[in-house]
Amino acid sequence: MSQHLDEALSGAATANPKTPFILKLVRFREFAILLALVLVFVGTSLKNTSFASTSSIQGLLSGPAVIILIAVGETLVIITRNVDLTVGSVVGLSAYLVGDVYVHYPHTPVLVALLVGIAVGAACGLVTGTIVAYARVPSLAVTLGLLYIIRGLDAVIVNAVQINATSLPAGFIGVGANNFIGIPIMMWIAIIVVAVVGYAMRNFRATREMYAIGSNPEAALLAGIPVQRRIFSAFVVSGALAGLAGALWLAEFATVGSTAGTGYELDAVAAAVVGGVAIFGGSGTILGAALGALFLNTINQALVAGGVSSFWDQAVAGLLLVLAIALDRYLVVRSERILRVEGRDRGRH
Amino acid sequence: MSEGFIDGAADAARDSLDTPKPLLVVEHAKKSFGAVHALNDVSIELFRGEAHALLGENGAGKSTLVKIFAGVHQPDSGSIFLDGVRVQLSSPAAARDAGVSVIYQEPTLFPDLTVAENIFMGRQPLRSGRRINRSEMTKLTKDAFDRLGVTIDPSRAARGLSVADQQIVEIAKSISFNAQVIIMDEPTAALTEVEVARLFDVVKTLRAQGAAIMYVSHRLSEVFDICQRVTILRDGAFVKTALIGETNIDDVIRSMVGRDVVAAQSAGGGTDGANVLEVERLTREGIFTDISFNVRAGEIVALAGLVGAGRTEVARGIFGIDRIDAGTVKIDGKKLKSGSPVAAMNAGIGFVPEDRRQQGLVMEMAIDRNVALASLRGLSHLGFIRKSSERKMAFDWSARLRLKYGRLSNTVMTLSGGNQQKVVLAKWLAREPRLLIIDEPTRGIDIGTKAEVHRLLTELVKQGVAVLMISSEMPEVLQISDRILVLCEGRLIDEFSREEANETSIMRAATGLARTSAA
Amino acid sequence: MEDTETVLEKDAAIDLGGGRGLVSLVRWESGLVILLIACIICGTLSFKYFFTPQTIFFSGLDIGEIAMMALPMTFIIITGEIDLSVASMLGLSASTLGYLFLHGWNIWPAMIVCMVVGAVAGAFNGILITRFGLPSIAVTIGTLSLYRGLASIILGTNTAVGFPLSTLKLSLPIGKSEIAYDFAIFIVMAIVFAVVLHLTSFGRSLYAIGLQKETAFFSGIRVNQIKFRLYVLSGLVCAFAGILYTYQEASANNVTGLGLELNVVAIVLLGGVSIFGGRGTIIGVVLAACIMAALTTWLTDIDVSGEVQSIIIGGLLLLSVLVPNARDGFVRIRALFKRRKVGASL
Repeated sequence: MSQHLDEALSGAATANPKTPFILKLVRFREFAILLALVLVFVGTSLKNTSFASTSSIQGLLSGPAVIILIAVGETLVIITRNVDLTVGSVVGLSAYLVGDVYVHYPHTPVLVALLVGIAVGAACGLVTGTIVAYARVPSLAVTLGLLYIIRGLDAVIVNAVQINATSLPAGFIGVGANNFIGIPIMMWIAIIVVAVVGYAMRNFRATREMYAIGSNPEAALLAGIPVQRRIFSAFVVSGALAGLAGALWLAEFATVGSTAGTGYELDAVAAAVVGGVAIFGGSGTILGAALGALFLNTINQALVAGGVSSFWDQAVAGLLLVLAIALDRYLVVRSERILRVEGRDRGRH
Repeated sequence: MSEGFIDGAADAARDSLDTPKPLLVVEHAKKSFGAVHALNDVSIELFRGEAHALLGENGAGKSTLVKIFAGVHQPDSGSIFLDGVRVQLSSPAAARDAGVSVIYQEPTLFPDLTVAENIFMGRQPLRSGRRINRSEMTKLTKDAFDRLGVTIDPSRAARGLSVADQQIVEIAKSISFNAQVIIMDEPTAALTEVEVARLFDVVKTLRAQGAAIMYVSHRLSEVFDICQRVTILRDGAFVKTALIGETNIDDVIRSMVGRDVVAAQSAGGGTDGANVLEVERLTREGIFTDISFNVRAGEIVALAGLVGAGRTEVARGIFGIDRIDAGTVKIDGKKLKSGSPVAAMNAGIGFVPEDRRQQGLVMEMAIDRNVALASLRGLSHLGFIRKSSERKMAFDWSARLRLKYGRLSNTVMTLSGGNQQKVVLAKWLAREPRLLIIDEPTRGIDIGTKAEVHRLLTELVKQGVAVLMISSEMPEVLQISDRILVLCEGRLIDEFSREEANETSIMRAATGLARTSAA
Repeated sequence: MEDTETVLEKDAAIDLGGGRGLVSLVRWESGLVILLIACIICGTLSFKYFFTPQTIFFSGLDIGEIAMMALPMTFIIITGEIDLSVASMLGLSASTLGYLFLHGWNIWPAMIVCMVVGAVAGAFNGILITRFGLPSIAVTIGTLSLYRGLASIILGTNTAVGFPLSTLKLSLPIGKSEIAYDFAIFIVMAIVFAVVLHLTSFGRSLYAIGLQKETAFFSGIRVNQIKFRLYVLSGLVCAFAGILYTYQEASANNVTGLGLELNVVAIVLLGGVSIFGGRGTIIGVVLAACIMAALTTWLTDIDVSGEVQSIIIGGLLLLSVLVPNARDGFVRIRALFKRRKVGASL
């Protein structure tokens, strides 16, 4: 064995093989999306010069705020290897209830209104999280059922009272309509949320444990991580953000019917997955999910500006989602193969 | 922290000795599972700065002892002392807190997280506002790696680390817990030579820093390279502890084997039948390389070798579970389509896999349905299963294999391990295979059933079936096989006829030692 | 390395949980029968025409297509996968039919095109899931959106009306009474599906795949091929349901059948099919479809709004996954604590 000592020493030095390019690409998903975003933007602007106008850019920026918020929450849930299909219904319920608060208390401060939205969402998340985490039932089935239930509740209440712009104070509608330093206030809120949650996801034990749970649930148990509590919290945060998104939705559209937010759960999942959040949990960033939402929205706008029927956006979103999962899978398979062959080559030294 | 309590008498007794105090002592440990005595009165002492080998054949009780150290099992009787203090390792956490750490053959890491996070998950160093102090965490990880004398980037993801590097990460985790006793369970099974050498350097470093290392391995040459003392177990009992300088490999093997060399009972099959299976230059990159052999009608050929030598993988390649990268498999001279179990089955191969629960049986399905599972095509008419034929098949084979069951409609979960294995056998024998590949035929089943399985295999070859058997149990290999092929690190390195084979020669070959003329 | 002791231990652990499968299923279906009877009694008490041919006709009309789509979904869920794109495939088929009709096609070749579209849509799901090994939930969430989008692209905001209704009657006379055509077709299909699932080797393979995929593969069952076929089948049935739906509504637009995937999954799970795969019967699904039909009819009769009905359906869906898991969940949590000790060795 001693003749291998020299090799052993050099082996120690080179034990960290050069990361294959393909693996690097995975890590720079955010960059790739940003690049795609720019390409779509420039391409469309060339075709339709009005696309690059200020008002159009503002449209690009305010449109996705709601989706960004729920995509951020959805990301937390997906990272723990679950899925939350209730977010669309929560947006609807929260939008309505916030409006209802204004009907009864027209002088409610904007901040309180937003807090009401958050509270409504968090309450929904509390229910979902409790069932998923403690009854140990697949989140897909549970949230599918709750999607119905919350949407039904929403519709029942909405049928009682209609809410429209006349019920809402100008200050609240301003949140949806006004700008601050050239950027819509809604987008500022989304940016702040992305920054705060993104920072939190990197820097606290609890959030890192969420990644650990999604990455290897068995090892997470062995490491003594409170798995159920973390999954529960992920759902509560997801609900709260969907609630906030609902309040902003109301501010943006100033009217609310029983279909508000319908289908947003799919947009949120698509945004997260396109943004590089692994559907099987364990990896992905908040920034990526937000960029994913921005990207999907920009494509929609670009389709409209490019003279393509707006009916394309749903198809494109679905296709992008499928492509994103397929790409992730391809990269994983490729990198595993590279590593297997590399392992052999190192063995042959 | 530790759940130990001071046992004054033992402490005093130990102090009175002049010799250096042992760090970890196990005295008279006993552990049984049902009627099986896994450990019977085993005592062992580990000193600071020593690497202590724990040797023994499969079933000798090594892994039970390791699990007692890991806090997974509690001994039925006997006591454990750490630094002279009696402790109870009542859970993995308690063992960890007491400073005992176990590195398993295949570590479980979080693939998506960085190396540093893997080491510090749940106890990351913090700075103000309870935020994780990343730079401190990276620095601590680097320190740990420096202490081990290795270079792994703390901020790279664990995904894609080689098994060797994953083990290093686990070791770094242990020392970040201030583990005093580090137990390595077959750490080199999946490593290449270079990686083994590096692991040995780490072991030396740990020893120099005063840790006690218990090293469990089948590879005797390694043990003689890095260990100072060796303890040998056999059939759950303590055989001896010796200084490595005062013993040699043959001596150790004799102590491990211990029993009378099993007389070769005639398998009945000659080795002059026609070739059923011909494997030529079979290769799966990074797993096994250039494997060529044949199995004739009426003979049992055993694939022997250590864990991780690639035996199961070769079998999977032949049966089409995994795609192979190069080489051919021929049945009765006809080339077999690669990567298709259906093609392999149609050519007449049966495959009793290693993992009964995951691969051999559908645990929640009834016995008769499990027996029929591989024969559905033959049992169906226009796609409809003929239930009477299905039940008859199950009934006949249960009778022939003397299956003990309540009703054929009970799930196989209700059967004992031995009877479950009989169901898997029935499933394949019902297809009347030309070649039966059987991976660990008697693992985890009782002695009575074991003998039945052996009898069954010898009967099969008398009827002209070819059998390829993979087994880690040496007596089994010697007892019923006509030829023995030995794999080592993915290569076929030696072949023994039944006359020239004995436990010593096979074990030497499997551990990569040159073949001695005196077989 | 797993040796004798480990295996013995595992044997002991497994034996504890043995022998519950079939018994609980039988109980589940008896529960469904009771629930169905309860719905019918409630309905009859509150509405004297409840159990009359007319009412049955209309409830059958409402549930027919959904129940049809539940049949291939049952197969898919039994293999441990899911198809969330069913309603979108129905919509795609309806849109295609509408588009072709607006462009002057004869109705029969248009139907064939619809079936082909459905088969292709299902095959696309199937290829992504089996060839590329992608998770079915993610794929079908994606294609849910994709196929619905395609439906919108094909038909735009148009609503196709004026189908030659005379070519297809809505009802099928049985003795004195009439039964809705689509419900009759569902019953026939259910019988075929039940025969396939419970009597053929194909059906047996589905259970084996759902319970222990690896063993199925090791036993020569072509797991991927079978799954692929199921998705194509699902596409075909959904396309067919789309055609019927269009006829029934006498119109097609881009939101035809929007959101029906939830009803389909609800029926399948209420029918006692395990969301974990490997368990379930067609008779359970048929009962669940009948319950759903009776329940919605009754609730509509007593003036419960559609919104409250969706709450009730969601609740049923939730209950049908929670109830069978209440015991399993308890066992699993206990096993979890055990594994925490044993698991250190893994």
